[in-house]
Formats: sequence, C-alpha cells, structure tokens
Amino acid sequence: MDEKTLIAKRVALEMEHGTLVNLGIGLPTTVANYLDASLEVYFQSENGILGLAPAPEQGMVDPDLTDAGGGFVGAVPGAASIDSAVSFGLIRGGHLDVTVLGGLEVDELGHLANWTVPGKMIPGMGGAMDLVSGAKKVIVAMQHSAKGKSKILKRCTLPLTSVRRVNLIVTELAVLEPTDAGLVLKEVAPGVTVEQVIAATEATLIIPEHVGVMPVSENVAAAKA
Amino acid sequence: MHKATNCTKAVEMIPDGATLMIGGFLGVGTPTRTIDELIRQGKKDLTVIANDTGRPAVGIGKLIVAKLVKKVIASHIGTNPETQRQMIAGELEVVLTPQGTLAEQIRAGGYGLGGVLTATGIGTTVADGKQTIELNGKQYLIELPLHADFALIHSHRADYHGNLEYALTARNFNSIMAFSADCVIVEPEHIVPVGVIPPDSVVTPFCLVDYVIERGN
Repeated sequence: MDEKTLIAKRVALEMEHGTLVNLGIGLPTTVANYLDASLEVYFQSENGILGLAPAPEQGMVDPDLTDAGGGFVGAVPGAASIDSAVSFGLIRGGHLDVTVLGGLEVDELGHLANWTVPGKMIPGMGGAMDLVSGAKKVIVAMQHSAKGKSKILKRCTLPLTSVRRVNLIVTELAVLEPTDAGLVLKEVAPGVTVEQVIAATEATLIIPEHVGVMPVSENVAAAKA
Repeated sequence: MHKATNCTKAVEMIPDGATLMIGGFLGVGTPTRTIDELIRQGKKDLTVIANDTGRPAVGIGKLIVAKLVKKVIASHIGTNPETQRQMIAGELEVVLTPQGTLAEQIRAGGYGLGGVLTATGIGTTVADGKQTIELNGKQYLIELPLHADFALIHSHRADYHGNLEYALTARNFNSIMAFSADCVIVEPEHIVPVGVIPPDSVVTPFCLVDYVIERGN
C-alpha cells in the first residue's frame, strides 16, 4: 500500500454516519474510495452541490455538474444544489461536520498553512480559509515530509490558512492530535516505531503511555478501533 | 418590459475601464458568448470580480489571455498560469479573497449592507490593512461590500420577463451577482415563455435583470 493510500484509508475511519463532509482536491478526494459502505455520508462540494457522487460513464456527464476542481461528477438521489453564499454559509455557520484538507505545514499550535508559497506558488486560497475557520472538524491529510524536510514544525513558516486549531493530522507515519498542551502522538502506522516518528518530526511531540497502531489493512479499511 | 437584446448590443453598452462581475466556477456557469464578444470588441482596462480566472482557453481565462483586464478580485487563480504570470510581471493587479468572503462581499453589495463581519482570514495575510472588531469575545474582520457596473451572468432558463432558473453547480456566483451591479445582463441556455418557470422555481426574480441575451445561431 502506498503512502497516500494509507493516509486516505486512515482518514476514512474518521467518517461518521449521517454527516456532511467536504473533501479537498487531491489526496483528500480519494478518502471517498475507502469509506465503509454501510455509512451514509454526504459530500459537499463548495461550488454548490450537497450529495456529490462519482462521475457517470463517459458520454453521460452533465456539463453543469462539476466538483470544486472542475471535474465532472454525479449526484446521489436526494442531492441539493445551492449558490456560493449558501455553500459558504453552511461552511462558516457550523453546518459542515468535517473537512479534509491537504497541508504544506502544520505546527505545534495546530495551525495549518496550505494555500501559498510566497514568490513561488500563488494559486489563491479558494475555499480553504473558510473551511478551516468554519467546519466542525478539520482533518489535515498530508505526507509527513517534503523533500526530506518535516512538514510538522514548531511554528509554521508559510502564511497561515487560519488561526483555528485543526482537530487531527494524518500522515503516512502517524496520527497526531493538536491539544492545549501540544501535539499528541495518537497512533503510528503499521510497522513504524514511535522513535521513527519523533525523528521525522521537527515539532516536539507529546508521547502518551499508550500509542495505538493505525487500524488499516491492505484490503478493506478495518473496523474503527 | 422589453429585455431582449443580442450579444453585440449588450457588450456595446460596456465601456472600457468598466467593473464587471462575471459568474461561473472554473468556467461552469460562465456566460461564454458574452466573454467572446468582449474580446471581439476589444473592451479593455476591465476590472473583473469573479470566483476564479478559469483556464487560459476557458471562461474568464480568455479575457486574461487577451490582456483586457487590469484588475481581478477572485478567490483562486491557480488554474490559469497566465493570470499568475501577469500578476508577477506587474501587468495585472490581483486581489485574492477567501471564497466565502467574496460571496458575502458581493451579496452585501446587492443587499444594501454596509459590509460583513467574518472570522475567516483573522490572523492571516487576508487581514492586512483591514479593520477588525471584537464581538462577544470573538474577533471578526470587517469586509466591505462589492459592487459592479455590470454583472454578466449565466442561467439555465430565462423567461421573456427576466425570471431566471439555474442548473446544478452552474448557479454558483450568478444568482448573487444579479443583485450587485447597476446593469445585469443574462446569457441563458434556454429562453422560455413567461409562466413556464413557476414562481416557486424562480431563483433570480425578473426585477433584477436588465437584459436577456437572445439565443445564439
């Protein structure tokens, strides 16, 4: 199982029945592929649809139905279409249960930076700032390091997306929970030691007496621990 | 009320230097014939308020590539490398705004509000130069309303009266922008007789729409 699949499978275990979820572009989008089929989870796309579904077969797409990356999608029975003000009213107003976003950096305060690298990458924040500020639960799904450098830092160096503390960070090495006291190591990936996570992380981690192992398997996502 | 016009006449009303709100999300729900006509008529020094700048060959992206835009207020320009290039070269002013804030600024501009208070952007570069206010122990940014000379919007259906109905994710900013410009020009996919869109299905009421562009050939 590659790193990104592992991350997506672990994040999928955080999804709960009857919730409204927004998945960011890229790795977060793949979380939908690993959901327990018995869960009823509705996906919001901030461009204006509640109840996103995979795209229909080629030749059957509706050009007026896309996700926030502009890709053609489908909709589940019971879906609702809305305008951008309603869409972000849902996000900011606390009506969105979970958002899963990628990250460039996260720090000991649980602050996320994921929208710009000044001078190099200036795509704009799109909906990211509203999502991090407003969703009930914010999960960051990202690789632990980039080019050999830890992305989990004492303090973010890149411009922040929000000063709201994110709820959970899932990487291919570990699951971390930002708390008042700092970043708590909740779980390690199968086959990874606590020492390996500490060595790969610039931030200081709080190591509880019991550190779990991510309950993910090669085939289907394991039952929630 | 006679609201029918064609693309050529509609765009002739728009002067160089105008501020335009243009609907759409990565080209979905963008009035494409109107954009092509802006390019054909070579309208220049435009200020564009929109969610994004499309892609180089899609939607608003075409206006950027044709160098007709001097300023963009948008939430995302990442899908159009030409926008970033012109911005870095100093040829184009770009104001990046969180998407939800942009929607609310446009809404405020059309709803007669003096601005909106939002926690989005607090503690980030978005707050630079803006007023903040503390209410009930929470910090908010004061975001000011946006208004345009023209709103160029797209709808799924329009009746002769100017009532509009939208399709799925092609609604996005269109229905909000219909409130916030001096002149609202709609490019519908289909034009239907008055009464075909039932009152409960009307999203944008006729009183907001100034011109309905005729069907293309």
